[in-house]
Amino acid sequence: MATRITRRLEALKAEDRAALVTFTMAGDPNYQASLDTLKGLPGAGADIIELGMPFTDPMADGPSIQKAALRALKGQHTQQKTLEMVREFRREDQDTPIVLMGYYNPIYRYGVEAFLKDAGEAGIDGLIVVDLPPEHDGELCLPAARAGIDFIRLATPTTDDKRLPRVLENTSGFIYYVSVAGVTGAAAPTPESVERSITRIRAHTDLPIAVGFGIRSAEQAAAIGRFADAVVVGSALISCIEQADSVEAGTRDVHALVRELSRGVRAARLATA
Amino acid sequence: MSSATDAITRFSRGPDANGFYGDFGGRFVAETLMPLILELEEAWEWSRTDEAFRRELEGYQRDYIGRATPLYYAQRLTEHLGGAKIYFKREDLNHTGAHKINNCIGQILLARKMGKKRIIAETGAGMHGVATATVAARFGMECVVYMGATDIERQQPNVFRMKLLGAEVIPVESGTGTLKDAMNEALRDWVTNVDSTFYLIGTVAGPHPYPAMVRDFQSVIGRETREQILEKEGRLPDTLMACIGGGSNAMGLFHPMLDDESVRMIGVEAAGHGIETGEHAASLNGGEPGVLHGNRTFLLQSIDGQITDAHSVSAGLDYPGIGPEHAWLHTQKRVEYVSITDYEAIQAFKLCCELEGIIPALESAHSLAHLRKIAPELPEDHLIVLNMSGRGDKDMASVANWLEQHGDTEKLPNTTVEAAEPGRIDDMQPPHDVAKKTGETE
Repeated sequence: MATRITRRLEALKAEDRAALVTFTMAGDPNYQASLDTLKGLPGAGADIIELGMPFTDPMADGPSIQKAALRALKGQHTQQKTLEMVREFRREDQDTPIVLMGYYNPIYRYGVEAFLKDAGEAGIDGLIVVDLPPEHDGELCLPAARAGIDFIRLATPTTDDKRLPRVLENTSGFIYYVSVAGVTGAAAPTPESVERSITRIRAHTDLPIAVGFGIRSAEQAAAIGRFADAVVVGSALISCIEQADSVEAGTRDVHALVRELSRGVRAARLATA
Repeated sequence: MSSATDAITRFSRGPDANGFYGDFGGRFVAETLMPLILELEEAWEWSRTDEAFRRELEGYQRDYIGRATPLYYAQRLTEHLGGAKIYFKREDLNHTGAHKINNCIGQILLARKMGKKRIIAETGAGMHGVATATVAARFGMECVVYMGATDIERQQPNVFRMKLLGAEVIPVESGTGTLKDAMNEALRDWVTNVDSTFYLIGTVAGPHPYPAMVRDFQSVIGRETREQILEKEGRLPDTLMACIGGGSNAMGLFHPMLDDESVRMIGVEAAGHGIETGEHAASLNGGEPGVLHGNRTFLLQSIDGQITDAHSVSAGLDYPGIGPEHAWLHTQKRVEYVSITDYEAIQAFKLCCELEGIIPALESAHSLAHLRKIAPELPEDHLIVLNMSGRGDKDMASVANWLEQHGDTEKLPNTTVEAAEPGRIDDMQPPHDVAKKTGETE
């Protein structure tokens, strides 16, 4: 059975354009504002939504996302509230795929089976859990697959040809290529080097490939969207919230940047055609 | 478990191929780090059996660290407590003043073997940072040490030592500015500089193979202790004691004797203001299983899986987790894990200074405080070895500060030899109530 993620990516492939994947943190800067931001994302041009689950010790994230998580936790955000946000979102939007992204401990403490059940019922389509490499597929990846939730894995510049098959083995939905060895918000690599990496990964899989880390502008999104199946933007959106004068302005600025990024992604292949 | 004997024979064998000790351990890291961690595992496996590596390591242990460290009979403390016969394993006499360098010298030799040029480390009390900076200087490698801003404040002398040794000390402001945040930041550095950099973890925690590798390098403590006690007493000790933050000095002492059934082992965690106050660093006695920093272990955390702050007067114990092998030994009940408050540790610290002329690290003072509770109840032929994991020079400011804030609430015992005996029972009384009171007044 094709999931919402697969259906969406296939539809966009038919349109010959890359998907825009946005990342924002649940509960940042507070519950209502992050829900308002979430609800407006599809209208602004987000094709797939990644929603961060805040964690006190996000060791693969740069300063922007660390601070976003701490803002959310300061407002007493919880895993329950993240699921509640998605339930509220789903009352109005049945089509936009939602992927939860974060670290394993909050899920482990919730209880893997209970979490998967509640996440599935809330309308969550996929999970990205940074600190669960394929060596630990039994923990969450395989149970998620059984529950009909895609487990999206990260491939990185250090994932060589020998290791790629292992990384791809139980991945579903799409593969997320982390374009630099580093934390989120790092400087972007050149599109040429990313394209070489994508070509290398394509030799191993038919899964759609999303590219993220360091993409902040419409131009960068367009450059990556030429050859990648999806373009992920996170820290740049989080910065909008961090830098805004008010909570409302934060939401507005996120949506404005998403509209711009969306234009970039939509223009990517037209420009080169 | 089929029988107690079967269980015992298995205690020293972990971890399994995936780095698990029962349910604990593992390799919960970002994909970027996985290839490197697998490469490190290979290097470590090689080092365990390679004869030339062993000889090189032993050479540095002897001539650079100053091993073997003495097993010292603490006569006056023994007489004062009036029970068990007490020995200190003098890790405080190592080069750089703590057990930390045992591990650093081993890992830096592996880093060289792997062709790495840049060393990063996290540090709490600063002892691991100093030991890392020391070996990096010795082998001419670039060294960056991440240290929480809070810890930098309370451990100034060690910060200066690291800088003298040529290391760059980077203050970590994120989170609570203590050891866990320093470890997060070191992991972020490692993910970013994965090709050039070797992450020299200071304790028996982190992703496999670190817990096992650090344990191996620290096990020299227990191997020497075993030989030395056999030589001095003609038999194994009855009880081993060590303080536990991440747990490397304890693992080093315990591991070579885990399969000696008759040897009782006690790990001492930091209870801070008291476990009931929630302000402590006792992961086993006050935490729940979870996943952090690459391994599954007992963690201080909220019901929602968020990591909570540890508290201890001793920066080296101020960590919300514990090595996974300890978590396993705890659930298997092979090792007893107890906890000691700031108050009790400070009192034991003073006692050791006055009775033995040894200024212990505040970390080691935690095991001394528990020793003080149990030794009087044990017979004279009961042999206790306590790991004097480090020296306390670094803690002068912390202790002075604590005494200023809380007052010198326990009078030092009269330390003349003649008078020591009668006063001892009374000295044992105050801790719990007073500790609670001082905790509340903050």
